[in-house]
Amino acid sequence: MEILRKTGNQTGARIARKEDEAKVVSVRRLMWLRFKRNRLAVIGGIFLLLMYLAAIFAGFIAPNDPTMVHSQYVSMAPHGLNFVDTDGNFHLIPFVYGVKSAVDPATFRKTFQIIPEEKYPLQFFVRGSEYTILGIFRTDIHLFGVEEPGKLFLFGTDTQGRDIFSRVWFGAQVSLSVGLLGVFLTLVFGSIIGIASGYIGGLFDDIIQRVIELLMSFPQLPLWLALAALVPDNWPSDRIYFAITIVLAILSWGALARQTRSMVYALREADFVTAARYSNCSDWRIITRHLLPNTMSHIIVIATTAIPGMILGETALSFLGLGIRSPLISWGLLLTDAQHIRVLVQQPWILTPAIFVIATIIAFNFLGDGLRDAADPFAK
Amino acid sequence: MEIQLNAVPHADRPLLEILHLKKHYPVTRGLLKRTVGYVKAVDDVSLTIYPGQTLGLVGESGSGKTTLAHSVMRGITPTAGSVIFHDDHLGPVDVASADPAALRHVRRNMQMVFQDPFSSLNPRMTVLDIIAEPLQVNQIAKGKAAQERVAELLQLVGLRPEYMRRFPHAFSGGQRQRIVVARALALNPRLVLLDEPTSALDVSIQAQTLNLLKDLQSRLNLSYLFISHDLGVVEHVSDTVAVMYVGRVVEVAPTRKLYQQPKHPYTEALLSSIPKPDPTRKKRRIAIAGEIPNPANPPPGCHFHPRCPYAQPICAHEAPPLREVTPGQFAACHFSDELNLKGVNDF
Repeated sequence: MEILRKTGNQTGARIARKEDEAKVVSVRRLMWLRFKRNRLAVIGGIFLLLMYLAAIFAGFIAPNDPTMVHSQYVSMAPHGLNFVDTDGNFHLIPFVYGVKSAVDPATFRKTFQIIPEEKYPLQFFVRGSEYTILGIFRTDIHLFGVEEPGKLFLFGTDTQGRDIFSRVWFGAQVSLSVGLLGVFLTLVFGSIIGIASGYIGGLFDDIIQRVIELLMSFPQLPLWLALAALVPDNWPSDRIYFAITIVLAILSWGALARQTRSMVYALREADFVTAARYSNCSDWRIITRHLLPNTMSHIIVIATTAIPGMILGETALSFLGLGIRSPLISWGLLLTDAQHIRVLVQQPWILTPAIFVIATIIAFNFLGDGLRDAADPFAK
Repeated sequence: MEIQLNAVPHADRPLLEILHLKKHYPVTRGLLKRTVGYVKAVDDVSLTIYPGQTLGLVGESGSGKTTLAHSVMRGITPTAGSVIFHDDHLGPVDVASADPAALRHVRRNMQMVFQDPFSSLNPRMTVLDIIAEPLQVNQIAKGKAAQERVAELLQLVGLRPEYMRRFPHAFSGGQRQRIVVARALALNPRLVLLDEPTSALDVSIQAQTLNLLKDLQSRLNLSYLFISHDLGVVEHVSDTVAVMYVGRVVEVAPTRKLYQQPKHPYTEALLSSIPKPDPTRKKRRIAIAGEIPNPANPPPGCHFHPRCPYAQPICAHEAPPLREVTPGQFAACHFSDELNLKGVNDF
């Protein structure tokens, strides 16, 4: 009886302690709970996660080599997967028709006609062109494809006969990572300057603020163009990639530094910082233990909202021919073809990459919105 | 409990002496920051705090109470004057001009509790980290030893040690203020500056917190500088009370004397404003006309003269010095001897 009661009490105590631990909610967890409440932000986040995964595994998703020129199939409209053939029979596994090209005798334009007898069923995990994932794993297995000599161009081909669908995913690698890398540079540079400016204050702060104002009053596009034009033509493509990223970051760190500075400026006078100073905490400790943890979430939010601008910046630069250059592929580069109105009218499908740009920007904006709410979990 | 009780030092040897302390903020104008005047936030204030005693500091908002406290901690560097802290090891140290090493040492013996318990705790740190921070920074204890000390301090202020893993947002205002007090006591200070420690709290919690502070004072032989605009609270906790008006001390006296026989008209007016829970009592408050003057442009002479019901021509051009009117009671009024001012019970 005695023992029984004792063990009973102990379990009671243990349950009580467990409940107590469950009640101990960290700020990070509060943020997560708040973020989850915003449906659109969660959807945006998941979409972006999938986009980035797809970009990493671009070679796997793309059925064709993005640089491969299919000279027989230049400027071909998307010809999709069919379930029902010309005779009205239903096929469980979708297939593509074979295509033959001909020249219209009246307009001299290339036309494509399907060959009803040639059907190439869709296959999964087919062997095709070789590619690497993250530059490490070399393989030739693709998620889906059709058997040679069938061709699968889901989004059609561009003016040189390259598969747009495949190029979109390889383009995502550059376009999506430019945003992240650029924002990372902005984040590091902007937050260091912002914290220093806000914490040191005085003349140093004045000078930094004037410099940022000067930087922000430059017209953005001409400055980008001028800086991008400075990048030598003969540089290898990866060096150009980093140069473009830096060009994009140069103009955006100012805004981040300003916002960081104003947050630090307010926090510097907070009672807990004064208390830390009165307890003999060093400046370094005050910055790293008190100021940084309380500003970092806001800084990350600001950075997230800066990513769409970076992606658009890269797209604009590449579109104008001053950004990413061949053999690298980016979404902006893919849209270069659309500069000619004739192409645009006759082959509207080359605008497909724009849909991806728009969707990504919108998803980032949704995500940024949700993060902004989550960054201050105590706000009502 | 390892909190050692300091042997009560000689009663007439002060712990802290504030001597002719001034803090003037320049008022600048224009692009070149030309100085056009000064805000005399603290203007020639002298006060003394004895070991184990409480000095209450009252005054309206903007009278310089908080500036004075931060000047004592040297969060603000005073314009002139000195703050002498009588340290056990270093002897008298002038905080206002101390070198960094001496300042570090003195700050271990002087801590401050702030008005707003919601902004005085870092929301990103657990209670353990918050209270242990002074111990780690001053290399007194870390790890397990710090944790034990934190548990001890939490018990001391009446909180359960199990709470130490929680974050500040899990606590109420009163509990937070206890955490702030625990942190302030972590270094075993001799003097604690309490800047309106209860004014952000509910009335019922105020009483609890005040009793806790009094209890801690007698157990740890602490000295308090208790800043408040609530005269009832100050009467309850203080041994001596100083009244500030626009940066100057207008009256200092032992609590009983000041409340029973004030010698400055401003003190009288403040005392008349204390609410009393007596429905039959007729209201006989002395409503002070006008507003507290702008400290950038205070009236000449006695700063209180435009609002004073007893003002004479001399008050407008001659500032009265703080002088001893009755033994132990100092007032800055030309007519302290003539006036028969009402005490707190006369209203």
